[in-house]
Amino acid sequence: MYYYMILARVLDERMWQLQRAGRARFVVSAPGHEGAQVAMVWPLDRERDWLVPYYRSLAACLVKGLSPTEILLSVLAKAPDPSSGGRQMPGHYGSPRLRILSGSSTVGTQYPHAAGIAYAAKLRRTGEVVVVSIGEGGTSEGDWHEALNFAGVHRVPCVFCVENNRYAISVPVRKQMPVESVAVRAAGYGMPGVSVDGCDVLEAYRVMKEACDRAREGEGPTLVEFRVERLSPHSSEDQQERYRSPEDLEAARRRDPIPAFGSYLRSVGLLDDARDQALWARARREVDEATEDAEQAPDPDPATLTRHVYHDPDPDRPVDSVYWFGGE
Amino acid sequence: MPELRYLDALNRALHEEMARDERVVVLGEDVGAKGGVFGVTAGLLERFGEERVIDTPLAESAIVGCAIGMAVNGLVPIAEIQFADFLHPAFDQIVSEAARLRYRSNGAFGCPLVIRVPYGGAHGTALYHSQCVEAFYAHVPGLKVVAPSTPYDAKGMLKAAVRDPDPVLFLEHKRLYRLLREEVPEGDYEVPIGPAVLRRSGKDLSVFTYGWMLHETLRAAEMVRGEGVEVEVVEIRTLRPLDKATILRSVAKTNKALVVYEDNRFCGYGAEIAALLAEEAFEDLDGPVVRLGGPDVPAVPFARSLEERWMPDAERIAEAIRRLAWY
Ligand SMILES: Cc1ncc(C[n+]2csc(CCOP(=O)(O)OP(=O)(O)O)c2C)c(N)n1
Repeated sequence: MYYYMILARVLDERMWQLQRAGRARFVVSAPGHEGAQVAMVWPLDRERDWLVPYYRSLAACLVKGLSPTEILLSVLAKAPDPSSGGRQMPGHYGSPRLRILSGSSTVGTQYPHAAGIAYAAKLRRTGEVVVVSIGEGGTSEGDWHEALNFAGVHRVPCVFCVENNRYAISVPVRKQMPVESVAVRAAGYGMPGVSVDGCDVLEAYRVMKEACDRAREGEGPTLVEFRVERLSPHSSEDQQERYRSPEDLEAARRRDPIPAFGSYLRSVGLLDDARDQALWARARREVDEATEDAEQAPDPDPATLTRHVYHDPDPDRPVDSVYWFGGE
Repeated sequence: MPELRYLDALNRALHEEMARDERVVVLGEDVGAKGGVFGVTAGLLERFGEERVIDTPLAESAIVGCAIGMAVNGLVPIAEIQFADFLHPAFDQIVSEAARLRYRSNGAFGCPLVIRVPYGGAHGTALYHSQCVEAFYAHVPGLKVVAPSTPYDAKGMLKAAVRDPDPVLFLEHKRLYRLLREEVPEGDYEVPIGPAVLRRSGKDLSVFTYGWMLHETLRAAEMVRGEGVEVEVVEIRTLRPLDKATILRSVAKTNKALVVYEDNRFCGYGAEIAALLAEEAFEDLDGPVVRLGGPDVPAVPFARSLEERWMPDAERIAEAIRRLAWY
């Protein structure tokens, strides 16, 4: 768990470096969310269960199985990017192999998808569990409520996660919702709601494990709110100093989950300086190698622009030709 | 062969597809015990159970959004939206999600689902139960949009839609449900998505149309026949992808084109056909491409007098044919 948090952090920093160097055109990441995300995916069966992520789900996707190289292929919009082949901005993770559902940029739309995937799992009796995530701002969207309602009615095996970092871009949570906690909304949809400190990895894991077990045992969905910190600006297009006070930023930094988890591990004798340094060094090496691999990958071929609009057994046929299939 | 109404033909298709493939599920508001507002899903609940015939909460975005998730995870969902006017809350899920999933995942995720929806003006259905929505959706790459107008096609195209690997918006004109009967084969057959169909052969002028307007156009063609005008009628029953070849071939023969559609004329589906002919059939044309559409008011008003004035009908189509024919 700790290693994945470090790996996500190092990768995150690399993404920003690539952006500042002009090699990545856009970055959205999630320093501060690593603990919650690692806890979120840890209870899942990596092959069988589903993750329906959002643009901040970097650490979650690493745990689910995307490699740092695969992440950087999407940051650099390269042809072998498994998420979208360079069609989407970075942060739109997806992989059928890893059962990570491809997402759009539209906030909230993934929530009904997760409910539907879970409904199918229930109907087909596959035993799959679905985990979906979003920010607290996204819980204002109609789709969010519609999905929870559907899921509550049908008691589908889904864990609905919310990563509450107190900001939707610049809008603070008190202007986003009239309640203290997202978790209280669960009552309206007939499911348990839990609010947990997402910077406390083990407690977050315990809550997720319980929610996943409930789902797997046919007891229905759970809403889990993770209270986390957003240590970076919203994205590379944002300057958070404009709307966050220095005190607020400082308080957020003090809640960084990585040192917190590190000192816990030290306190129980599982970590010392030497091991810690070795882990960071290993993550840096892994990310360095991934950067090299990703940079060497080819850009998408412009001739593939019109591919994959419709299912087409002949992917080299330009998309306009579908007009003709009924003709001569 | 039994004579079936349009809605019975659809009902047969649903029964047969659900029996053929256990992955097929039906979801929507009132699709269960009630059998849908128009009765298209009648009998499905009793036969296939409530896990596969899902009465959903009243939330269109969730109906389509959850169907997307079901499609991703191995089911073949057929979602019913009660009226095309209520498809708008699900616009985003259709346009930005279902239609785009394949492209945005570089071909990795498909989205095989069908969205069935009654549309179009019928008597007394007024502003919020009569819209034509095809132009909004035919605009969108990745989505297939069909509008069959006979019971035979309704059954065959619904089967084709269920078996299609892409999302299909299946438009059912409300006036067709009970007004029309036709011999429909029992058992399996498909009417492929894509090809347009020549409904009537003529040499003087081509009319391109679909939905209820097909039937008004066929009546209009009869009306002008006595006046010596031989009208060719091409039904564009798949609005997207469009069978350009059949359209261009018809105009090459008749040299004149009228497009008839019920939707608001401005930026309506007919504009695409007109543009196609202007670009690709200019040298074949002996007159302007003419569009006859519904008036540019929100939808059919409720009062009988206003409704009658609103509806494009055979008389008006015949009038447009005459004007174009003598051009
Ligand atoms: C429907 C929609 N509206 C607006 C946006 C622009 N937008 C992107 S992220 C975002 C804020 C989301 O905040 P939150 O859900 O709290 O997640 P966080 O970014 O804090 O993790 C907004 C407004 C969008 N992507 N989609």
